[in-house]
Amino acid sequence: MNSKTIKDALGKVAPLIALIILFIILSFLTDKFFTVNNMMNILKQTAVNGLISAAMLVVLITAGIDLSVGANAVVGACMMGMLKEMGITSAWVLIPACIVTCLFIGFMNGIMLTKMHLPHPFVSTLGMKNVLCGVALLVVSTKTIADFPDTVTFLGSYCFAKSDEQGGFTGFPLCFLVLFLIYIVYHFFLNKTALGRMIYCVGGNPDAARMSGINSDNVLIFVYSLSGFMCALAGITIVGRAGCANPNSAMSPYDTDAIASCIIGGASFMGGKGTIWGTLIGALMISTIRNGLTLLNASSAIQYIVVGLVIIAAVFIDVTRTRLEAKAKRLAAK
Amino acid sequence: MSEYIVELKNVTKRFPGVVAMRNMSLQIKPGEIHGLIGENGAGKSTLIKVLTGVHIPEEGEIYVDGKKVSFKSPNEATAEGIACVYQELNIVKLLSVTDNVFINKTIKKKGSILLDYPTMHEKAHEVMLSLGQDIDVKKECGTYGMGVQQMVEIAKAVLVDAKLIIMDEPTSSLGEKEVEQLMKTVRALKEKGIAILFVSHKLEELFELCDRVTVMRDGEHIMTKNIEELDNDSLINAMVGRTLDNQFPKIETTRGTEALRVEHLDSVGVLRDVSFTAYHGEILAFAGLVGAGRTETMRAIFGADPIDGGDIYINGEKVHITSPKQAIAHNIAFLTEDRKGQGLVLSQSVKVNLILSSMKSFKSGLFLSDKKMFDTAKANIADLKIKTPTEEEVVGQLSGGNQQKVVIGKWINTDADIYIFDEPTRGIDVGAKVEVYNIMNRLVSEGKCVIMVSSELPEIIGMADRVIVMREGRITGQLDKKTDAINQETIMKYAWGKVD
Repeated sequence: MNSKTIKDALGKVAPLIALIILFIILSFLTDKFFTVNNMMNILKQTAVNGLISAAMLVVLITAGIDLSVGANAVVGACMMGMLKEMGITSAWVLIPACIVTCLFIGFMNGIMLTKMHLPHPFVSTLGMKNVLCGVALLVVSTKTIADFPDTVTFLGSYCFAKSDEQGGFTGFPLCFLVLFLIYIVYHFFLNKTALGRMIYCVGGNPDAARMSGINSDNVLIFVYSLSGFMCALAGITIVGRAGCANPNSAMSPYDTDAIASCIIGGASFMGGKGTIWGTLIGALMISTIRNGLTLLNASSAIQYIVVGLVIIAAVFIDVTRTRLEAKAKRLAAK
Repeated sequence: MSEYIVELKNVTKRFPGVVAMRNMSLQIKPGEIHGLIGENGAGKSTLIKVLTGVHIPEEGEIYVDGKKVSFKSPNEATAEGIACVYQELNIVKLLSVTDNVFINKTIKKKGSILLDYPTMHEKAHEVMLSLGQDIDVKKECGTYGMGVQQMVEIAKAVLVDAKLIIMDEPTSSLGEKEVEQLMKTVRALKEKGIAILFVSHKLEELFELCDRVTVMRDGEHIMTKNIEELDNDSLINAMVGRTLDNQFPKIETTRGTEALRVEHLDSVGVLRDVSFTAYHGEILAFAGLVGAGRTETMRAIFGADPIDGGDIYINGEKVHITSPKQAIAHNIAFLTEDRKGQGLVLSQSVKVNLILSSMKSFKSGLFLSDKKMFDTAKANIADLKIKTPTEEEVVGQLSGGNQQKVVIGKWINTDADIYIFDEPTRGIDVGAKVEVYNIMNRLVSEGKCVIMVSSELPEIIGMADRVIVMREGRITGQLDKKTDAINQETIMKYAWGKVD
């Protein structure tokens, strides 16, 4: 019993230890890495992936997947671009428009899964991703839209305590603070509310959940809609960080980064597992790897390869973990 | 030729922290049907896995036909002529019967890498015929029922010239007719000189079929005796190691008011004109063969499947139920026959499973109250005697009987009025069965209505106040303990439709 608790605890902090080791290695490799401003950089770079990872996490807990997350966020950004081109500059219109669009797309993903009985969301959301890549290009006529009003870019670009001097403190990014607050909400939502518990149960066994009086369909539709909502926040952050809405970025590997973050953080493709704090560690890990590789002047080709390998390693760790757990269960069931 | 086809001498198998099998000895004669029984966790599965080379024992010796062997893998056991038909069949449903029969032993055309299908079909048909199955072997296996699929597994064993075929709970998912066919086949195999190790929970099958029976308990050999020297009580005593005073601790209660009335329930191709009434303070049992429509009736009442017609009244009031959620709101509880598939979220804790159906009542404000959940789980565990280290233990780790108690606890926490128990004691050991019966007793004495679907006649005869018998989607008979004789004959008469 005691050794089991220790093992459990170790399993939980393992990603954190890996992150610390990564920090130490990168600090030795380049002195540009472990500086206050670069740390702020990493936080900034974590925000978008962190928001999308939160979207992905809840979907993964239900044993599903949402491959349309990145494209959804970009469509949200491009919707704001389209409206801006039409002369609307009020954040009170642009931001709600982005949220409604992304929410609707997530809702549709949920409907396809539950009401149209498409077998696995892998296929339907992959289809949705392609549709959205086209929609993103269409609404802004394949142009990149810049010059958004400050009220829209505020979330992605504002930094606290920014120093005015050359080379001074670049400030603490608002977007990471917002991410952190959202993660706290997620923590309570997933662990302390009835709906949060139901999400884990639907992921663990949808039939048993239904026969226990849980409306599994509604829970799933909520989960995919929530994913859409998080994508909207990510879309707004993307506009603020980049200063523009680029429809071509709909094909960027947002989805794989998010999956990697969740899996590193302890989520599983089998569903029923995963925590928001693990996901935060996972998201920090991904942006640290990307940041470190950039500082080491690695080409984008190398970045793709490394991140790809990290994803494969994360999935490998997941299946190995599942296999070992199944084995332990078998032994215990004797 | 040795006296025994397979012999185990003092075999011990350990797992981290537990001894699964200790000093086990077993002798199986050629051409005998050897029964093996024991409670869940008695070590039967371990014994099977040691015999089939899945587990490698730490101590002891195994002899096949007098020759000492030590299996390192299942293939080595197969090569020595030991085959096993597992409870969960290893059938590829989308492949033909022939493909399944020859799955690990193909026949190729002479001097070619191509498969010789004409010969394979012919041989497959031949072997299936010898097992009493005159079927089209070119058809997909999935188009046939469980009985035939099991025969395909046996055919595989016959084709590798097995000397010993182990059958693990072979009748658990078969209907009455299929069981009869299986028994015939088993006897035919015996005639051919093949030994059978027949693992079963059902005592009557052992008496009907076996020459000798071995009882295991706590990983140890308790006894092996000729079947003539044994009876129900002596077997149960040996299994549980204590005398169960009463296998069915039925208590007398008085029938109360009407709880559930079903009128003209119809579901095309499944149910026809099902009408019955269940009362508070009584156990109403549903008997019938597998596939008679008992589970389907309950699922329809619970809103799990749509219906095509009929009315349901609860406490005299007409209700309209289209989902399990609504059924629960009408105070109906439904313990499903498939505990793992529909009753529990195995990856979640005992606590979460206990509150699964009543989660809303644990809310305080926006959040679930940890204290309320903890107190309830603690109370359930004590009350229902659930054996678990803590309330946070993952349910998948518990034994079958304790898992079942968690499901019962889940429903008790909904404060239901009508309890539907579908095969409540399937796959749980004798001790746990009695505890489940006691819980049912307690519910009816509190004035609740209990409906029990069961395929085990002794259980129905022992526990029911009234019995409804179904056949092919209809109710064919009703028996009341007060006015009718409830016994094997009266029930089976209706179940088989042999009523004038």
